[in-house]
Amino acid sequence: MSTIESVVIPARKSRDKVTADKVTLAHGGGGKAMRDLINDVFIDTFNNAVLDTLEDQARCSLADLAAQGDRLAFTTDSYVVDPLVFPGGDIGKLAVCGTVNDLAVGGAKPLYLSCAVIIEEGLDIGVLRDVVRSMAATASAAGVLVVTGDTKVVHRGSCDKLFINTAGIGVIRAGMDLGANKAQPGDAILVNGVLGDHGATILSARGDMMLASPIESDCAALHDLIDTILDAAPGTRFLRDATRGGIAAVLNEIADASRVGIEIVETQTPIRSEVKGFCEILGLDPLYLANEGKLVCVVPDNQKDAALIAMKAHPLGVEAAHIGHVMEGGRPGRVVMQTVFGGRRIVDMLVGEQLPRIC
Amino acid sequence: MKYVDEFRDPTKAKYLLREIGSLVEKIEVCKRRPLHIMEVCGGHTHSIFRYGIESMLPDGIELIHGPGCPVCVLPMGRVDDCVALAEMPGMIFTTFGDAMRVPGSKKSLLQAKADGADVRMVYSPLDALNLAKRNPDREVVFFGLGFETTMPSTALTVLQAHAEGVKNFSLFCNHITIIPTVKAVLDSPELQLDGFLGPGHVSMVIGNASYQFIAERYRRPVVIAGFEPLDVLQSIWMVLKQIAEGRAAVENQYNRIVPEDGNDVALNAIGEVFELREFFEWRGLGSIDHSGVRIRDAYATYDAERKFTVPAVKIADPKSCQCGEVLKGVIKPWDCKVFGKGCTPETPLGALMVSSEGACAAYYQYGDIEKVHQQKVEFKTGEFA
Repeated sequence: MSTIESVVIPARKSRDKVTADKVTLAHGGGGKAMRDLINDVFIDTFNNAVLDTLEDQARCSLADLAAQGDRLAFTTDSYVVDPLVFPGGDIGKLAVCGTVNDLAVGGAKPLYLSCAVIIEEGLDIGVLRDVVRSMAATASAAGVLVVTGDTKVVHRGSCDKLFINTAGIGVIRAGMDLGANKAQPGDAILVNGVLGDHGATILSARGDMMLASPIESDCAALHDLIDTILDAAPGTRFLRDATRGGIAAVLNEIADASRVGIEIVETQTPIRSEVKGFCEILGLDPLYLANEGKLVCVVPDNQKDAALIAMKAHPLGVEAAHIGHVMEGGRPGRVVMQTVFGGRRIVDMLVGEQLPRIC
Repeated sequence: MKYVDEFRDPTKAKYLLREIGSLVEKIEVCKRRPLHIMEVCGGHTHSIFRYGIESMLPDGIELIHGPGCPVCVLPMGRVDDCVALAEMPGMIFTTFGDAMRVPGSKKSLLQAKADGADVRMVYSPLDALNLAKRNPDREVVFFGLGFETTMPSTALTVLQAHAEGVKNFSLFCNHITIIPTVKAVLDSPELQLDGFLGPGHVSMVIGNASYQFIAERYRRPVVIAGFEPLDVLQSIWMVLKQIAEGRAAVENQYNRIVPEDGNDVALNAIGEVFELREFFEWRGLGSIDHSGVRIRDAYATYDAERKFTVPAVKIADPKSCQCGEVLKGVIKPWDCKVFGKGCTPETPLGALMVSSEGACAAYYQYGDIEKVHQQKVEFKTGEFA
């Protein structure tokens, strides 16, 4: 991986600001325009000592890492959301929260991020600045540093406005070993709040559906909440942020990896009434809608109350709920839901994309 | 959710289930075989699975999932025509979401989109008309699909395009009508049905009178049913009550939405724009007389079939597919030779596997098949509340 300076140029000689309104191919060409863009938009905004050295790689002290745990956690994710800015967040906030969460659900303390952007020529510089500022603010609030990066500009049509990849490094505290294969019959399934907000927000923000809704994305960094859960319920078996595919995907993954059956109860599964209404109108199922600030938590039954109390005391877990349990003698790999109506149905993995129904 | 939760009340469901149970006890036929009740509409099929209604019903009742999923009954040849239209240079092809996955003989619209065609999902035909107005240099075709439920909005869109003089908008009309189809199902010799849940939203448009022949000529009870789970249970109860009392009539459970005479404005719009085709091809059911509509000559400029050349090749259903028998209720989805093997929601062979309203996809996705047809399980709500 290259750093923000993928071409060696004397970065600090000039501190010129970017004056153009739009990103052009020149901003990725390796010349002065690129240097100005990188300095002005990225380096100055992320503003930290590791990045400021402008080496081709971030250099992190092994001793510092080792002092915080006994294993390195390393993850990467790419963010391609349309629209770039949506109620409750933007692609920058998403790119930081998503990768922070991917580290944190493994029990890791998130420390460092990379930021690689692919920009479609013609993108408004103002939009790019806003996104990077949002990344910086989110990273700072989450206590992580963006320490390396890369910028590419591609021809119009080669990507959609702006793609961001962030990789993340964290350290897993000693003794912590969470896994999707560790669920046991009797375990409780918890979530930290209402489900489907992000998916519904993005679908309505895209405007295809011509539906206005007051829903906002739940995009949030969950590491602090996770610390609270792990302190309160040290026997926690598994944590996972329920992003694409919704909680249905996570529950199926647990059921499959642990070879257990899982049962959830519709009346105990928290979903905002606006999201329910949105799904009713479009014929979608909220269990499959993406979340960006919600996690599924599997804890031994005797620790579920402690975990719930801890979650509810945290700002990101106020609406936490106990939605189901790992079944005794359930069919391995199967997730079922007791419906609000008293019936029972299977909650399977989604096939392809969820498409609105005709009528 | 107000006005929705009221129709999903488990306490009322238990009461209705008790009443259904005691009617089943009284009905003589149920001692020999289960009663076969067909829900005509795909929307009902969806609710039945979404709320696990089948798992709650007593053994004496079997639900047959009828032909009322417009996406499911679309023949392959028509999907091929869609793909051909979508792949024309400069074309924007617009469609309802769940029609995108229906397999054609070579590809679905979703695959055509991946291959470069400009296929866009819309929620209303008016969105397609607006697209046409925003893109005056492109042709925009709307894939008109569905029973009388969706017909009025398509008809009104054609009328609006005409009134506004929009030249680059046209309709690929695949609208179908419910009555000839129900008749075809009733005339099918291998069929044994004891009653019908009538389609709620179709009836909102066409009213109730059209179903009289089912009660009069075929002596089968029909109850026009709403789509919430309590609607479905109450409608099943109403069908059973007719059977228990030896009656066959058309009754309206969904009277909060369905007027006896239908909706004049909607019917007028349909009549203005559409006329019956001599016949229309259905997947699984074959050709059914007067079961589809086309655009009248007066609006021919909005008819994509006349504006553009489509292949219009009839493609036979895959031989291994038993969609037709499932549609008619002759076999259950899991009795089909390819169910869950060659035919899955990921790679559907038959259209019943494509839409979540299709009986096969519904069983595959929502139904606990072993449990549904081997043992009925009692569920207590709030078991660990």
